[in-house]
Amino acid sequence: MSRTFVGWPAFPEAAAAATHDERLRANVTRATHTIRGKRARLVAERPDWEDLRDSAAALKDDVLAHLDSYLLQVEEQVTAAGGTVHWARDAAEANALVTALVQATGEQEIVKVKSMLTEEIGLDNALEAAGISARETDLAAAIVQLGDDLPSHVVVPALHRNRAEIREIFVREMGRHGRPAPDGLTDDPPQLAEAARLHLREKFLKARVAVSGANFLVAETGTVVVVESEGNGRMCLTLADTLISVVGIEKVVPTWRDLEVFLQLLARNATGERMSPYTTTFSGVTPGDGPQTFHLVLVDNGRTRALADEVGRQALRCIRCGACMNICPVYERTGGHAYGSVYPGPIGAILNPLLKGPDDPQTASLPYASSLCGACNEVCPVRIRFTDVLLELRHQVAEGDAAVKHPAEKAALRAIGAVMEHPAAWNAAVRAAGTAGPLVPKNRLPGPLGGWTDSRSVPEIPKESFRSWWKRTDGGTR
Amino acid sequence: MTGAREEILARIRRATADLPATAVAVPRAYLRHAPGVDPEDRTAVLDLFAERLGEYGAAVHRTDAAAVAPTLASALPAGRAVVPRGFPAQWLADWSGTALADEPLLTREQLDAADAVVTTCAAAIADSGTLVLDAGPGQGRRAATLLPDLHLCVVRADQVVSAMPEAIGLLDPRRPLTWISGPSATADIEMIRVQGVHGPRRLTVLLVEDSDVSDA
Repeated sequence: MSRTFVGWPAFPEAAAAATHDERLRANVTRATHTIRGKRARLVAERPDWEDLRDSAAALKDDVLAHLDSYLLQVEEQVTAAGGTVHWARDAAEANALVTALVQATGEQEIVKVKSMLTEEIGLDNALEAAGISARETDLAAAIVQLGDDLPSHVVVPALHRNRAEIREIFVREMGRHGRPAPDGLTDDPPQLAEAARLHLREKFLKARVAVSGANFLVAETGTVVVVESEGNGRMCLTLADTLISVVGIEKVVPTWRDLEVFLQLLARNATGERMSPYTTTFSGVTPGDGPQTFHLVLVDNGRTRALADEVGRQALRCIRCGACMNICPVYERTGGHAYGSVYPGPIGAILNPLLKGPDDPQTASLPYASSLCGACNEVCPVRIRFTDVLLELRHQVAEGDAAVKHPAEKAALRAIGAVMEHPAAWNAAVRAAGTAGPLVPKNRLPGPLGGWTDSRSVPEIPKESFRSWWKRTDGGTR
Repeated sequence: MTGAREEILARIRRATADLPATAVAVPRAYLRHAPGVDPEDRTAVLDLFAERLGEYGAAVHRTDAAAVAPTLASALPAGRAVVPRGFPAQWLADWSGTALADEPLLTREQLDAADAVVTTCAAAIADSGTLVLDAGPGQGRRAATLLPDLHLCVVRADQVVSAMPEAIGLLDPRRPLTWISGPSATADIEMIRVQGVHGPRRLTVLLVEDSDVSDA
């Protein structure tokens, strides 16, 4: 069984460990700065960039507001084009469905196109438990899988690995899963890519079943859209006899024409390219060309929970470009694993609590994994207001189950709640603070309050409170 | 499975009960054409197309209808090339390699062993340097343009539009479409672009400039 994020520590703990890993920080900083620069150049050549963002946000809002009818349209169109549509309420149901579909083919090894949803639901492990080996074919996803590692970015899941680490993983692991790495493999990126080509080519030529996700799902025509760079997506979508696309219900766009908006935004914002090398679009089954059996599995897994949140539902506009994590000062310092989810960075900080509910300490810690600087708001192609959602989710955590709160916040809220209910006690406490001011340590508060001062100085406490100043000077008139 | 379907739809209806039933107004103020290029200026559009393809590392040969055969022969090494039905035979007149017809269907191994594939396309987009194949005449099924290591595509000048919004209406979403913007590539190792992974490692485009260029 491969590693999962189950039982992952809360963000402050995981981040503390990550920020001490100098190699990780160097890898993440180099990668995020490279993508940022490429993106900025490509976005700057579009005078209508803000217009494209306006259109994309409105299109996604329309989809979310009428998601029931759009999904029924998808079902009707895909069915008419020869595909079969399945619905899954949660991860377990989706995994059971896909496992049964693969088992019906009798195949023991299948190929996969990188899909964050299948990472989210843990499909590879579910298939493995049923004796089916699902091989990842995207280079970064394959690096993660071969290294028994976890993804740290939605576009470049192995962003936290450098070339030397990748070479070591290939040399050690490829032979255990098929064609071994070539003798004398160096850490030169073209050589590493060639090793992946050779290792995976024999799998593509043999594979009878493929699993994919989708970037977009066109309601009007039932068209599945998969954007990729290497050609591994085309291999899976084209060569297999049976194709199973596992797609989140929020991936819908209304009409074919609307792709002119999203295809112009996605690659520019994700990788700093005008278009990714390959985009495949298909509707159901085409006789004589590509898979002759097509299954579409529509997955909820918390999306309807997020949809019910009036502030948070905008997170479902997300097209997984990764720009918010590339620009995020917190992500740059912690890397993706600290977020304890396949969705790291600002989108992870809002999407995970929305999908799962902020009911456990790990998820509840994520809305605090932000300095609220708002850089993510500015780069988001669908205009998600991350900072609005983060504040709303902090509010929900603070109002919600006390068990998941930060210990200091919990203690402080308990104490302050009692004092604020009694004006006399409040005045006494404030006077005491003024008197105690000189005694409060300047650098580190004691006990559970120490968490606050780990990254801040204690402010000067005025000798006199506002209320006592007001009383003494009659509102400043004396 | 009906249970899951009905339950998800019911959850959606509950979750969106506060939202108006009317469609959300979608602004469409973005450009219909490539920024900075007059779409009526065919020379400018074709120049942009060639430039953008070149930036991806694709080889671009600009030619005219009379010179397609010799240009193709110089751009395509002699070897075994898959030639889909509908690809004009006269364009191969000067080429000395072996043409492989995909009828009866070639096996995956046979396609993999071919040196190249030659095709036409359904449309092309200058702004993003994109070729779109729709498996129509001269283009073959999708596997045929995927497994050979070199893809040579012949594009007629009148197939090149300036930008994505012009192309989308020309294409039939019910056909399987492959949008190709340069050779296969990856940046998954330290964000360094490596050209050539699983798809064809080399992309060669013959741009046939004809009557519609002479009046530009």
